[in-house]
Amino acid sequence: MASPSLMDSLFQRSLDDIIKGLRHQQSTESTFISKVIEEIRREIKTTDLQTKSTALQKLTYLNSIHSIDMSWASFHAIECISSPAFAHKKIGYLAISQSFNESTPVILLISNQLRKDLNSGNEFEVSLALDCLSRIGTVDLCRDLTSEVFTLMSTSKVFVRKKAVGVVFRLFEKYPDAVRVCFKRLVESLESSDSQILSAVVGVFCELASKDPRSYLPLAPEFYRILVGSRNNWVLIKVLKIFANLAPLEPRLAKRVVEPICDHLRKTGAKSMVFECIRTVATSFTEYESAVKLAAVKIREFLLEDDPNLKYLGLHGLSIMAPKHLWAVLENKDVVIQSLSDEDPNIKLESLCLVMAMVSESNVVEICRVLVNYALKSDLEFCNEILGSILSTCCQNVYEIITDFDWYVSLLGEMSRIPHCQKGEEIENQLIDIGMRVKDVRPELVRVGHHLLIDPALLGNPYLHRMLSAAAWVCGEYVEFSGNPVELLEALLQPRTSLLPSSIRTVYMQSAFKVLFFCVCTYIEQKEDMTLEVSDLTSKGECSESSDLASAKAPVACDQDEGFNPRNSSQSYEDPSVVNGGHGHVSTSAFMEETSFTRESIVKLVNLMELSLCPLSGSYDVEIQERARNALGFIELVKRDILSRLLRKEANSESEDVCASTIVEWLHDAFYEDLGPVSITAQERVLIPDELVLKENLADLEAICGNVELTSSCSFSLRSPYYGESAGVSFSNHQVEEDSEPSTEATSLLTEHRRRHELYYLPSEKNETITTANDYAPATITIANDYPPANYPSSGINTNDDSQDLVTLTNQSLLPKRKPNYAKPRPVVVKLDEGDAAPVTAKKPEVKGDLLSGAIRDILNEAKPASSQSNPSDKSSIKKKGKEKLNVDLSDSKEDLAVREQPNPENPSSRRSKHRGHGKEKSKKSQREEGWGWKGRWW
Amino acid sequence: MGIRFILMVNKQGQTRLAQYYEWLTLEERRALEGEIVRKCLARNDQQCSFVEHRNYKIVYRRYASLFFLVGVDNDENELAILEFIHLLVETMDRHFGNVCELDIMFHLEKAHFMLEEMVMNGCIVETSKSNILSPIQLMDKTS
Repeated sequence: MASPSLMDSLFQRSLDDIIKGLRHQQSTESTFISKVIEEIRREIKTTDLQTKSTALQKLTYLNSIHSIDMSWASFHAIECISSPAFAHKKIGYLAISQSFNESTPVILLISNQLRKDLNSGNEFEVSLALDCLSRIGTVDLCRDLTSEVFTLMSTSKVFVRKKAVGVVFRLFEKYPDAVRVCFKRLVESLESSDSQILSAVVGVFCELASKDPRSYLPLAPEFYRILVGSRNNWVLIKVLKIFANLAPLEPRLAKRVVEPICDHLRKTGAKSMVFECIRTVATSFTEYESAVKLAAVKIREFLLEDDPNLKYLGLHGLSIMAPKHLWAVLENKDVVIQSLSDEDPNIKLESLCLVMAMVSESNVVEICRVLVNYALKSDLEFCNEILGSILSTCCQNVYEIITDFDWYVSLLGEMSRIPHCQKGEEIENQLIDIGMRVKDVRPELVRVGHHLLIDPALLGNPYLHRMLSAAAWVCGEYVEFSGNPVELLEALLQPRTSLLPSSIRTVYMQSAFKVLFFCVCTYIEQKEDMTLEVSDLTSKGECSESSDLASAKAPVACDQDEGFNPRNSSQSYEDPSVVNGGHGHVSTSAFMEETSFTRESIVKLVNLMELSLCPLSGSYDVEIQERARNALGFIELVKRDILSRLLRKEANSESEDVCASTIVEWLHDAFYEDLGPVSITAQERVLIPDELVLKENLADLEAICGNVELTSSCSFSLRSPYYGESAGVSFSNHQVEEDSEPSTEATSLLTEHRRRHELYYLPSEKNETITTANDYAPATITIANDYPPANYPSSGINTNDDSQDLVTLTNQSLLPKRKPNYAKPRPVVVKLDEGDAAPVTAKKPEVKGDLLSGAIRDILNEAKPASSQSNPSDKSSIKKKGKEKLNVDLSDSKEDLAVREQPNPENPSSRRSKHRGHGKEKSKKSQREEGWGWKGRWW
Repeated sequence: MGIRFILMVNKQGQTRLAQYYEWLTLEERRALEGEIVRKCLARNDQQCSFVEHRNYKIVYRRYASLFFLVGVDNDENELAILEFIHLLVETMDRHFGNVCELDIMFHLEKAHFMLEEMVMNGCIVETSKSNILSPIQLMDKTS
């Protein structure tokens, strides 16, 4: 063993050798490193500390620069710090600060060595240990070493003392009880005349105050003294940060401090100081008009500088000011707009935020126009930033700032023309949302959607697919507003739709189905209006028509002749029926005047639909397949219907006719009802019935769930062989009844199940009459099934109340409170969830922070009573001294703290209520007569 | 916390010094350094020295071939951090005499020591060049 170790130490490579080696072996760096690591692993095991520490030094270097793991060497690092030689210690401590963390297993082993070094006479060793503790201090280490740090805080060596002060923050953070020991001395240090100590202690208080400012209010006089007295900008900046946290809590403090801050703002030459003053004023002194004005002037100076840093910070300052002092932004509008074309993306983003802050309902149109122009010119990233912020600003508070929805909807449509646009998803959500909320805008919405759909180029851009999906849905849902449903249908069925992902393609198909259905309905209505005129039809035309239809059925067999359909139809268009169908129709919809349907155009549409959907009925995608089959089933039906109408004059198949058009009517009912927005709290509003026992732990339901899945799949497995018809009535009661009838087996299973797990079922006598809560759904579903849906209330009253509530909410005319001085009145925007917005859960500070602030308040509160007690032990007599000294400064302010703490119910220091109560009593009495204690002395 | 990390990176994107004031695993450090280098080194002189990254800010400054990047909390004073970087460079300059990338490479330990004197717990505690350098010079003398 000895010989390799000797060899190692004699021929060991130094760190410099390795760095040089790395520099010259660029190409095979990794092999070189792994070779070196191998050496290190060998060297580090020796007993010779020189060799060991050099190995550790090399490893530390590789870890820091080349991200080589060194956790395996943690024990060796501890060996190095226990070396008597300072050089080894130094290397060991560096390695430990760099690689240890809470989960390092050997971390507790360093506790003793740290204590030894903290007590060392060599101030550099002490400093190494303090630095290390500040980096890796865990709860245990901090607890064990608190007393050592406390002693060091009063050492005469400034070099050590400032580090001890700096370490205190870590102690407090990890081990809040350290406050009881060290806080007095920390406060004393605030009065230190030594600039190094002051700088360290202000740093600590700045961090502490940012976490829990209220506890440090009593120290305000000390900070104030530093604010007016110090000439060190580093310290002043920290004190400003402290006051930015304290001022909002105590108006009188703010009043007192605002003038010195403005003084600094006027006099200082350091830009960092100027900016800190601006930020402090903009965040915490917004009520002081003169201060804000001064800050705005300084911001303006920043904005006019050429330095991009100052410009950025100027804009940043404005955006801090914007929420309360928008005038400051408006005053600098020119610079802000100009910065939109800055070459620095960060500055552009900052100015974009400001532009959006300026948006109001009076200028939203103008600003959006400008921004869209910028978006057209910008690169991809910024373009989408612009679009994103337009979208998010405009939809705030349910489109609060939009008055002209026609404009907004067409703006959304225009966004598709911007080449870089990738905001398809947001646009999709808004298009649908607006469609549901704003009735008046639907015609425009359909027009915009129509334009999007007929543009085949958009189909090639995957980022816009979501948007197209919304357009398709809107056009299908509100097809009655469409000027040209035929073109719409063609657009929805165009061959390039194969470029769409299947989820969106299904939306297209469903919309096409709705459009076709709408056309057929309109046609039937027209027919009924003019049944008399129909008699003019020549029997010859009918014959050719029926033959068309007969042949048109052929495509179902997939290998159809592509050309024959249109051609045959076009022949029949030349016959007189076109003329007959074309005149005298009074359409129900105003939009339909030019496009009223003739039988031929319906047939053409039906054939078009059939032609494009047939190939899809065999699609592997179940959604597509299902929708294609739905539509084909319907087409089948329509054909039969039309055929029968043609034959009716020959007086047969009367019943067939009735059946088909009844189904069409049913379907019409299904599609007729509007879909409305649903409140996010709708589910919560359904009351839980008293009889229902809800178990907290559902683990024992698991076994049952398996059963349920089985049974439910049984009861719904029925597929009607005459698919077309059953699809037609699928929403009505009939099918449910039909379905449940033959599934007696499933029902009996359910009954059995019910018997076994009565607990989880609603009382059976009420089951039969349950109606779903969503009355506004396309069709009401009556559950005749034995199996109750989980959350429906059993009492009908509740259900009705709730759904009525929703309906009224949906229909409510929530006219916004603003003067109707616009040429075009703002349309009704349906809002839900007003007032019951998601409750803002006040984030409770984490336990540790609580402990810390509690401990600090205790210290500051109890100073007086505690100091009157006599304390026997040595250490606490030192503590006592601290306390007494503190008392002199703070005795007056203590009561204040106690009073001000009262409104804070979450104060964790309730166990100190005795002291606080005392303070409260006293100051309650004296508040009016004496005013605030410390105010008298200090303000 | 104030300062979260201090990085020195050369023009080629190689890390020359990395000091973290919060614990990150090696993978996290590597990922972070990669992201920051990509983000900051692509920027030119006419652009500002502040970059927002994740939930904090990076303040950086370039000296010859070396970038000094400091990750700070959002409410930290950006200009003060620029000052701090400059102070760091001046301090190293005084110690090494016309400091360059190689000095930092070969004296990484000293660079860490200077940082330890200047920053504690992520707070800037010492801003006087002579105060920062005196312990290092003393140590040099004794060893």
